[in-house]
Amino acid sequence: MKLVLKKTASLIITLFIVSLLAFLAFQIIPGDPTTKILGTNASAQKAEALREQLGLNRPVTERYLDWLVSFLQGDFGTSYSYLRPVSSLLADKLPVTALLTLLSFALTALLSIPLGIASGSMRSQAADHLAVITDQIIMAIPPFFFGIISCYVFGVVLKWFLPGNYIPLSENAAGCMGYLLLPALSLALPRIAMTVRMLRGSIRDELTENYVLTAKSRGLSRREILLRHVLRNAMIPVVTFLAVSAAEIMTGTIIIEQVFTIPGIGRLLVSSIGNRDYPVVQAIVVLLAAWIMIVNFLADLVNHWMDPRLRS
Amino acid sequence: MKKRIAVLLSLSAALCAPGLVPGTTSVMADETENASSGRTELVVGLSQDLDNSLDPYQITAAGTREVLFNVFEGLVKPDTDGNFVDAVASSHSISEDGLTYTFTLRDGVKFHNGETATCDDVLYSFETCAQTATNTAVVGALSGIQDITASGNDIIITLPEANSSFLSTVSSVSIVPKDYKDQATAPVGTGPFKFDSYSPQDKAVFVRNDDYYGEKAALTKVTCRIYEDANALYTALSAGTLDLAFHLTLDQVNNLSNGYEVIEGEMNLVQALYLNNGKAPFDDERVRQALCYAIDIDGILDLTEDGHGTKLGSSVYPSFTKYFDESLVDAYPYDPQKAMELLEEAGATGLEFTIKVPSNYTPHVDTANVIVEMLSAVGINAHIKKVEWSTWLNDVYQDRDFEATVIGFDAAYLSPDALLQRWVSTDSSNMINYSNKEYDAAIEKAQHTTEDEAQAAAYKEAEKILSDTAANVYIQDLADFVVLNPEFTGYAFYPLYAVDFAKIRPAG
Repeated sequence: MKLVLKKTASLIITLFIVSLLAFLAFQIIPGDPTTKILGTNASAQKAEALREQLGLNRPVTERYLDWLVSFLQGDFGTSYSYLRPVSSLLADKLPVTALLTLLSFALTALLSIPLGIASGSMRSQAADHLAVITDQIIMAIPPFFFGIISCYVFGVVLKWFLPGNYIPLSENAAGCMGYLLLPALSLALPRIAMTVRMLRGSIRDELTENYVLTAKSRGLSRREILLRHVLRNAMIPVVTFLAVSAAEIMTGTIIIEQVFTIPGIGRLLVSSIGNRDYPVVQAIVVLLAAWIMIVNFLADLVNHWMDPRLRS
Repeated sequence: MKKRIAVLLSLSAALCAPGLVPGTTSVMADETENASSGRTELVVGLSQDLDNSLDPYQITAAGTREVLFNVFEGLVKPDTDGNFVDAVASSHSISEDGLTYTFTLRDGVKFHNGETATCDDVLYSFETCAQTATNTAVVGALSGIQDITASGNDIIITLPEANSSFLSTVSSVSIVPKDYKDQATAPVGTGPFKFDSYSPQDKAVFVRNDDYYGEKAALTKVTCRIYEDANALYTALSAGTLDLAFHLTLDQVNNLSNGYEVIEGEMNLVQALYLNNGKAPFDDERVRQALCYAIDIDGILDLTEDGHGTKLGSSVYPSFTKYFDESLVDAYPYDPQKAMELLEEAGATGLEFTIKVPSNYTPHVDTANVIVEMLSAVGINAHIKKVEWSTWLNDVYQDRDFEATVIGFDAAYLSPDALLQRWVSTDSSNMINYSNKEYDAAIEKAQHTTEDEAQAAAYKEAEKILSDTAANVYIQDLADFVVLNPEFTGYAFYPLYAVDFAKIRPAG
């Protein structure tokens, strides 16, 4: 309970600092929403009138406090570039990113654990070498690179899917999942490689522990030892790593959504920065920061639950 | 291991280069087999998101204007030759003294919300446009109206003095239903296509207006997909996700191998090295002229666009056939010797300055790069500073805090005023601080001349002053490459930013 309170307090303080920094960043970079909205048709009077209308002429502190108070009341403000409540924009875009994150995370977890176990218990020296090298290469592929290449190979050349033709979940669930598969895989691949490598190392370490010898002497099969005893211990660091992955996958969507033209919060964030649409940027930045912290917190909890040594 | 990575990289490099992959040719064959399938739904790629407001009077971006061209119409509208044809009006006449315009409302024109357009709607549209429009030039022209009344089915507009470009102003006033409040999010007009839906950063959908008074469109549905990333748009185009994309670069078109038709037109932009005439050293005419002589425009065209593009000479592009003065194109032939003499005369040898360029517009960045090279040959040391678009708008356009910049200006409506008015010394968008009494007088004269030829002559006089005083180093109207799926045909270029979906139809 004490832990939860402590974590919550630090979450709130961090989010406050993050939102303040994001807000201040907009004060430093040149340009404001009016220049982007009015473009080359702007006149000084028009710009001034629009600034007044958007409330941009008020002092910085007042604007920040205003934003903060509304935010705490659940009002995220209105986007300058889309003239819509930020909450309605997020309601449109967040599910898309959430689905992509979920799919990518599922791929990571489902593929990396069996592969990691296989890799960790491999006895052939040559096969192990090959696995380690392959793993290293996959780990080094940046998601955007794999994304661009797969758009070209599977989209342009093989025509397995239409790049840039995102299908909303509500229109066609299978089509949507199909379209998200490659972006999810692009994000998952390096994570899978890292998890496999970690699990492999962790299993190998555990296998040298004394309890393995004891189990062996009691006549347990290698398979039983691996799955019932070794894996339970070997998974502890991996679970933490997977949780951190969930956070990183979500932030990784910022780039991969550009490559595959997926209308999620990543693209919204990038264009909103260009548009100086700070109510949107603030909301997304706070949201992403909260997500990362919550996921890390959950990872801690799971760790406590799995590792009795941490509980005391 | 390093070797394996190298193999992987070279393999992927090979994959990136279209045309090298054996599969590509068979893809092309597939495409042609599918032609003449009679599809009536078109998928279009847009390279930028729509404006925050879709209200016709609030639109600022050319990219939004060219798409909503299909939704909104004025009493008259421009055709592909730049003439004004009747739209919501069934006929129009101008009194001999050029002071009275009479428009007869077309019978049974229906708005997309089902209501019939009335004279009240027309009066409301003129009033609202005059009060709220972001386009200051249109607002200015409308504020000059002495009287606007409806009598029966006629709308009569009286001007205090003749203004022969007034029809272009009329064409800019989109006719909208009276007291309809949701134009910003659910626009309603009278055009051949109805707005259906818009999802930011994703797509905008337009469907055919079956109640259209004129010839109905052949397409039933047009989906505009939004790609802010040029590479993403290009990939989608190569894969056949898109049927139509416009404003592509020569590089993109050259690399495209999916059998799509490439149509070349003009961007309708005045690309120039714009110089801040209000700031040293460019407040000296001789320095500006020296730059004109030092920059080889043909060389720029060759290096950046393989010779495509059209040279300009002044602030009007060639689609304005009546007003474009071809004799100005070569007013400053490439002459580095003369450039150096002029610099010496002005005491500006060893000149050094910065060109601010918006980083997102590759053609402008490319042009700036070539210019820097050419200037170094005459001893001018120019630096390029790439800035983000918002920063450009703020620093260069609004605050006029720059020495030189490369950018293209388009015409927001079909009148040379749209391009020339901004250099009048008192104009609020006179970014380059150009100040020339003769020029102001020439524009004033052109705007108040009714007779066509005399008016064109006055505008040309203004253009010549810009050229003589070397207001800017005029470069080119960029080539505009449009790519269309061969299943469709009928793409037409307009002399202003407009993409007419109603003209596109299934091929064969």
